[in-house]
Amino acid sequence: MELFRFKNDIPFMSWGKVTTTISLLTFIIAVLALGFRGLNLGVDFTGGTVIEVSYAETADLASIRQVLEEKDMSEAAVQNFGTSRDVLIRLPLRPELSTAQLSAQVFDLLKAQDASAELRRVEFVGPQVGQELYENGGLALVVVAIGIMIYLAMRFEWRFAVAAIIANMHDVVIILGVFALLQLEFSLTVLAGVLAVLGYSVNESVVVFDRVRENFRIMRKASVPEVIDNAITRTMSRTIITHFSTQLAVLAMLFFGGEVLHNFAIALTIGILFGIYSSVLVASPIVMWLGISREHLMPVKKDDEGEEEMENLP
Amino acid sequence: MNKYPLWKNLLIALVLLAGVVYALPNLYGDDPSVQVLATRSGKVDASTLDRLEQVLQAQGIELKRAELLADTLLLRFNGTEPQLKAYELVRETLGGNYSVALNLAPATPAWLQMLEAAPMYLGLDLRGGVHFLMQVDMEAAGAQALERYVSDWRTLLRENKVRYLTVATNNGRVEARFRDAAERQQAEALLRKEYRDLLLESLDREGVFLLQGGINEQELREIKKFALQQNITTLRNRVNELGVAEPVIQQQGEERIVVQLPGVQDTARAKDILGATATLEYRLVDEERSVAEAVAGRVPPNSRLYYERNGQPILLQRQVIITGDQIIDAASGIDSQSGGPMVSVTLDGQGARRMDNTTRDNVGKRMAVVFIETKTETKMVNGQPQRSTSRTEEVISVAVIRDRFSKRFQTTGLDSPDEARNLALLLRAGALAAPMEIVEERTVGPSLGAENIAKGFTANIYGFLAIGIFMIIYYRVFGTISVIALSFNAILMVAILSLLQATLTLPGMAGIALTIGMAIDANVLINERIREELRAGNSPHAAIHAGYERAWGTIMDSNITTLIAGFALFWLGSGPVRGFAVVLCIGILTSMFSAVLVSRGIVNLVYGRKARIAKLSI
Repeated sequence: MELFRFKNDIPFMSWGKVTTTISLLTFIIAVLALGFRGLNLGVDFTGGTVIEVSYAETADLASIRQVLEEKDMSEAAVQNFGTSRDVLIRLPLRPELSTAQLSAQVFDLLKAQDASAELRRVEFVGPQVGQELYENGGLALVVVAIGIMIYLAMRFEWRFAVAAIIANMHDVVIILGVFALLQLEFSLTVLAGVLAVLGYSVNESVVVFDRVRENFRIMRKASVPEVIDNAITRTMSRTIITHFSTQLAVLAMLFFGGEVLHNFAIALTIGILFGIYSSVLVASPIVMWLGISREHLMPVKKDDEGEEEMENLP
Repeated sequence: MNKYPLWKNLLIALVLLAGVVYALPNLYGDDPSVQVLATRSGKVDASTLDRLEQVLQAQGIELKRAELLADTLLLRFNGTEPQLKAYELVRETLGGNYSVALNLAPATPAWLQMLEAAPMYLGLDLRGGVHFLMQVDMEAAGAQALERYVSDWRTLLRENKVRYLTVATNNGRVEARFRDAAERQQAEALLRKEYRDLLLESLDREGVFLLQGGINEQELREIKKFALQQNITTLRNRVNELGVAEPVIQQQGEERIVVQLPGVQDTARAKDILGATATLEYRLVDEERSVAEAVAGRVPPNSRLYYERNGQPILLQRQVIITGDQIIDAASGIDSQSGGPMVSVTLDGQGARRMDNTTRDNVGKRMAVVFIETKTETKMVNGQPQRSTSRTEEVISVAVIRDRFSKRFQTTGLDSPDEARNLALLLRAGALAAPMEIVEERTVGPSLGAENIAKGFTANIYGFLAIGIFMIIYYRVFGTISVIALSFNAILMVAILSLLQATLTLPGMAGIALTIGMAIDANVLINERIREELRAGNSPHAAIHAGYERAWGTIMDSNITTLIAGFALFWLGSGPVRGFAVVLCIGILTSMFSAVLVSRGIVNLVYGRKARIAKLSI
């Protein structure tokens, strides 16, 4: 079976203006969403308490709210979680009530109200720890971006490194934008997903760049856009099949992995979809505009040929 | 051309065999069991086991298997019902010197155990339990060290008959005030000899002669290190009281301690025992002055008014005999003479000396123990975290001094063994160096943990099936080979995770699913390359060869970038995220092995034997 077979190279590079406009638009929408709505940061980053309680029968959210309000905890957010029997209660950090004991107090109240209440999960993050997790998360993002750039600059050329990282930061910003727009909770696990996407989507650019480098060697007479178009067209099938496979695994996570992995899977899904698009239609035009040419890859070419000859020996 | 030398085939086979063997323990599940750990004076040996076996047999509880390890005894049962019954029974039989805990022990067969094979280590989000991150208040540790210096200076000066006005702390330093310069000089010489590390400085202020001592950087570091260590030790003891099977108590950074208690359900009790920090003071009861007058507001200058647990007021002398950090051990037991419950206390050298001095002159008088509980809280004030400390003081025990004593003594006359146990626990708790605060808590109930495992497992199975079916349809024989390679990848991942005993978390399970999805990338790259080579008119053998060779560089490049992300996550992530990072990194490495070497090995076995192939099924 073969789904993607292209007789002629698709002129991706000539669509440069259109795709850049699309990218810019989505990017701007994402940035605006981030700016105006902001990320709905989870308790990991903001500090606070999350309590998940399970009841034998459908939980009565109104009476839970009432009990909490009576005890002066009106800022508690009470909502269903997954099923109608599971309730999630979020309590922000409060000047006068911000101890780890708070969760025990709340649960005692709920247990007194309905004996079937079962404590499923408590997460308490102090203000300092939340701040640190936030800073470390940001740092991790920067470290990954720089690490990948250094590797690509060494393995290919700085133009590729810059193009790949712009394309993938574009993906990251769009994931964050969607999370801001839909006000999905952004937790530590989601951040891990975003970073995994960053590493994973760069794969995509690497595969295309690998072909570009190879093509420069083989297609001696072709122009730069032709070389890139050919590289993208010939890796197209692989790109789609690979992403489709990964997406299958992510879909399984989305449907069967439960609430905890839900947002993680959403982040990966957005990342995978935009990963295809950005590596083909964002990274490659940028490489071209940065003025890549055959000569830039000459030293690398020599090395590669040497290796290949060695390996081809019987 | 497409043939591996024998050694390469053997190597691949060997790696796969090892993978299967080390992944195997994960299939055997757990035995509900009871774990007995000796604390303090208790000892676990063959006789303990004999005794317990007899008791269990008498009650008709069937024991599946018993294991005697270094200082623990593991009793395995065939279900949770006999396990719970046995738990109660074992606790009753052994008494207070043992920590008895419920546990789920891996049911790994003996031959696998001999190979050091064990199932994966599940994180708290999968097995249920409590995770605390505790922060030690280092400022308090420094302040306490200063207080110790204050009392040491007083003692030293008094013993050497150097007259001083006051010794107190002032702005992070010890400060002694003298009437004249000569006395100060004398004191300085004395202190300089005794405390080489103190930074001594003489000052004159408004006709008063001051001598200040500051703690130097290195000593301060030592104090902090010691405070952390002492807290870890105390936490270990407290966790033993709780009876937890596999607790983790570890230093994290310079002032934090991670406490993980798998399987603990009563988190409120765990927090009460771990979270409250306390110290104590032994003081003499002021027998001469009236309590009633003190309650009315006229507290004598050398005394302080306290309240007992039942609310009774009591007047104690201002001078402290010993403090909690001079207590080495406190244990409850039965008094051999009276047969009643008692608490025996052991003091360190300095404490013993002071106790000896005090009790020598005060036989027949009463002595009280004041329990001081300190709760540190971090509050947000104007968006900035700010700490505050609240202090409650309470008299927990009043006893008559029967005799002169020093290093070891007993408190008797307690109402019940329970009271004795409580007092001993409080005394030991009071031996903490610096207050701690819970800065992070993650609790997962046991039902949620089991559910998380089931969900993670289902997601993995469905993900794998979907990818497998798709690959076989799309690439036929080569797709089938890829799927076989992918299953070996999964087995190898599980084997390595089991071998490393890295913590598997729910995000880690998601990581397995994700890396399986990503691992197929390498096979897709190879298969697409082979198709392309065939299209270019190459012979099947040449196409296979070129496909694998050419794809290798690309596979390397693309995996290394993901590996970079994995390392950064491991470095900067915490808890569950770190579990994800570990799986991601291992998965990338095993996928490179299985997608390239294993799949090539199978391709070679299938196609390599024939010199000519007419067509490839791809």
